[in-house]
Amino acid sequence: MMKTVRDLFRYNLEFALGAILILIVFGFAAASFFSPYPPMDSYVVAPDVPPSWAYPFGTNSRGQDVFWQLTLAIRNSLLFGLSVALMSRILSLLIGLVAGYAGGITDRILMTINDTFVVIPLFPILVLFFFMMRDNMSWPMLAVAMASLGWPYDARLIRSVALSLRTREFTAMSVFSGMSTRQILVEEHLPYVLPIVFSTTLNNMNWSIGLEVTLSVIGFTNIETPTIGTMIYWANQHTAMVAGVWWWILFPVVLVIMTFLGLYLLSVSMNEYIDPRSRLTRMGGQA
Amino acid sequence: MNARPRANGAADVMLDVKNLRAYYVMQYFGTQREVRAVDDISLQVGRNEIYGLAGESSSGKTTFIKTIAAAIRPPLTVIGGSIRYSFLDRDIYKLDRVALSAIRWRYLSYIPQGSMNVLNPVRRVRESFIDFALPHMGLPKQQFFAAIIAHLERLQLTPGVLDAYPHELSGGMRQRIAIALATVCRPDFIIADEPTTALDVVVQKSVLELIREAQREIGSSMIFVTHDMAVHANISDRLGIMYAGRLVEEAPTAEIFRSPKHPYTQHLIASLPRIGDLSAKRALTGAPPSLAEPPSGCRFHPRCPLAMDICRETHPELVSIDPRHRVACHAVSPAVGPDRVFAAAAKQRTGLVQ
Amino acid sequence: MTSDLLNLEGVTKSYASSGLLARKTFNAVDEVGFALDASRPEIFAIIGESGSGKTTLARMILNMVPTSAGTIRFRDKALATIRGRRARLDFMRQVQPIFQNPYEAFNPLKRVDRYLYATARRLARVGRTEVDRVCDEALRKVGLSLAEVRGRFPHELSGGQLQRTAIARALISGPALLVADEPVSMVDASLRMSIVDLFKALRDELGVSIVYITHDLATAYHISDRIIIMQKGRVVESGDARAVLDNPQHPYSKLLKSAVLSPDNAETDEKVADPSVLPFDTRTV
Repeated sequence: MMKTVRDLFRYNLEFALGAILILIVFGFAAASFFSPYPPMDSYVVAPDVPPSWAYPFGTNSRGQDVFWQLTLAIRNSLLFGLSVALMSRILSLLIGLVAGYAGGITDRILMTINDTFVVIPLFPILVLFFFMMRDNMSWPMLAVAMASLGWPYDARLIRSVALSLRTREFTAMSVFSGMSTRQILVEEHLPYVLPIVFSTTLNNMNWSIGLEVTLSVIGFTNIETPTIGTMIYWANQHTAMVAGVWWWILFPVVLVIMTFLGLYLLSVSMNEYIDPRSRLTRMGGQA
Repeated sequence: MNARPRANGAADVMLDVKNLRAYYVMQYFGTQREVRAVDDISLQVGRNEIYGLAGESSSGKTTFIKTIAAAIRPPLTVIGGSIRYSFLDRDIYKLDRVALSAIRWRYLSYIPQGSMNVLNPVRRVRESFIDFALPHMGLPKQQFFAAIIAHLERLQLTPGVLDAYPHELSGGMRQRIAIALATVCRPDFIIADEPTTALDVVVQKSVLELIREAQREIGSSMIFVTHDMAVHANISDRLGIMYAGRLVEEAPTAEIFRSPKHPYTQHLIASLPRIGDLSAKRALTGAPPSLAEPPSGCRFHPRCPLAMDICRETHPELVSIDPRHRVACHAVSPAVGPDRVFAAAAKQRTGLVQ
Repeated sequence: MTSDLLNLEGVTKSYASSGLLARKTFNAVDEVGFALDASRPEIFAIIGESGSGKTTLARMILNMVPTSAGTIRFRDKALATIRGRRARLDFMRQVQPIFQNPYEAFNPLKRVDRYLYATARRLARVGRTEVDRVCDEALRKVGLSLAEVRGRFPHELSGGQLQRTAIARALISGPALLVADEPVSMVDASLRMSIVDLFKALRDELGVSIVYITHDLATAYHISDRIIIMQKGRVVESGDARAVLDNPQHPYSKLLKSAVLSPDNAETDEKVADPSVLPFDTRTV
């Protein structure tokens, strides 16, 4: 494992770049545990101080240190993205594999549900969700809501692969070896689907973090929890740009771009590496 | 020596391959692997001749034709040797892209295993002819189509196929069109890569006849690759047998079937099942070797019923045992002493054919 | 009647090809019937070109697709009545497939032995301690051993070895019937006859009946006892293999036989090569 990572680092520029970016972002998130003051407290430092040695990212109009607040914000955003991605992966894997393998009526029912979710307009639904929940709105709840909306595209993708796997001779061979459906799905088919799951995990994180930022910036989330989105929301509330407190907006924006870019580059390079065909050639067989 | 060819022999050689070596050189995340798919092959194809190339999977025959067609993409690399066509003044693999596309179809054409490799599935057959042949024929459109239709009629195809999409035609019909496409510019040399393997037996026979007819009509030379010895018996003038990246035997087809010299060839021919023949067939032990780590000495020795000590140590040169018959086998080569081994070989051969 | 191993009656498979206005159906397999005797193991060849319905027929015999009409009985039990996992496992214990492409029949990402172990555990119900011995035994029947196969990936074995392994796996549960769909068409020529001869040995020594599906008349002639020739879903000729192939009656069978290429019917007279063709270096002569 360590060897493959090292090889990837050495021979794949996208991977190296992506990994460096993500490492920086994660390092930043980890730094939140060392914050000298509780990040939610306001007026712990002098307000509106531009970046300096004492406050590398400056302080904002609410008397908070932008650097330490950002560490917590990115941690929350990443955690959010990761949990949405994991939950929706489980859904899309389950539905995609079963629909593709079972075929027939099961497939048709599952794909009808799938397509219903595809055509639902996401943004209005999430806004509606916010208005329904109002004060009870919490981050785990938003994550569940987004996970249950974020699976259908990838489920369809996984189904198409499963569909072609079903007609491969080795599937029939597995059936005639007495393997159970679960065993065939998990042990025979899953390895072919994993690259998709992996790269869509990264893409799905990008998608959910992006959507969260959008919702937060306009205030349709729980604005008391610091995330990249809510930081920008508060900055806007204090008209930071007009007041010349540019560092309050710039640093969160730069960090979120680094996250997007890093995740994207990783997903591209991983894809190439995990693809079963290129894996086979590395193992020494013919693709 | 009375079968010695004409003195001006060189003029009749259409393709002259000398000591060709083409390896797959691969680097995967730091590990280098080398697969010697074509290892030191020399052969010549004469004018108006169909040269059959036989071999199993991993014999290197596909790599060989990729190389002589200059379809060389990494990891495939030409390590050494020369490939000279009579219509070219240099090795074909040294040409650049522009020069290559100038000679393709006009001088050197290709009949693939799957006709869909040359026919575009979303365009009518007519468009494929325009794409491939028009630039080389240098005719105005009207005359061009007159020529195409005349050519199709010679191959007993109705001009109506020009307006069809490939998927509307049967596999045999598509393969016929691929042959028409490959021969319409009257190329000097045609490479046929398993052109009938995917076809049903009945269609296969008529397609083979068509290939033969077209080749005779335009008078071109051809390399015909297939693993099927029965097909070779019916189309090839001369036959080269490849094993594990090397040419092990070469002779006129009838001669190979009448008196195969290499133990591998002997086995291939003896094991052909025939209707009306119920004799038991003896199987070779083992499997074709990996080209990444070929056996030492003669690459056939681990499976060879005649293997001797020398076979494990030195690899046998391809030598002529008569002017039209070359074979690479220590048991046959004069250097080891033919008298001693021929007796053994003869004994073995009768054993093989039973 | 009661001694039939396999019995097909009026077996039909139709597919609907929906046109723009009318729904048309076409029969991939049309009214096919034959029976294999349980007391006399045999190799029964089904011969046809692509589109003859032979593969569809094989899949119906394996109970992988249902019939549209007619019944298939295995040991007097109609396949359509096999319901539930237990009954299906019981059927698979007795009827096993051999596939065309050995490189496709084994998952390229998985080790080959897992299929042997799964069959031994789940179909043959072999205890954990016995699994290795049972697999080795089956592999020895096809001229291999567990040591050669264990832990290998498909690409580390040759096509012939893989196909033998596939046959060994099919033998583990002690089946009475093997359905082999083009089992040698992807195997190299130098190994092909050894697989074909293996089928003969299975019939003679283990008493296994084999439905051998092929387009190759020559190997069918070599090993089968009886054959049927199919064209567009219908059986056009059937009978003793030697009798049918030596002297085919139906025009299509005659056509098929005449199209078989062999070195004996090569039109050698036409290709007496021009002696001037061949200048090559005569290094030793």
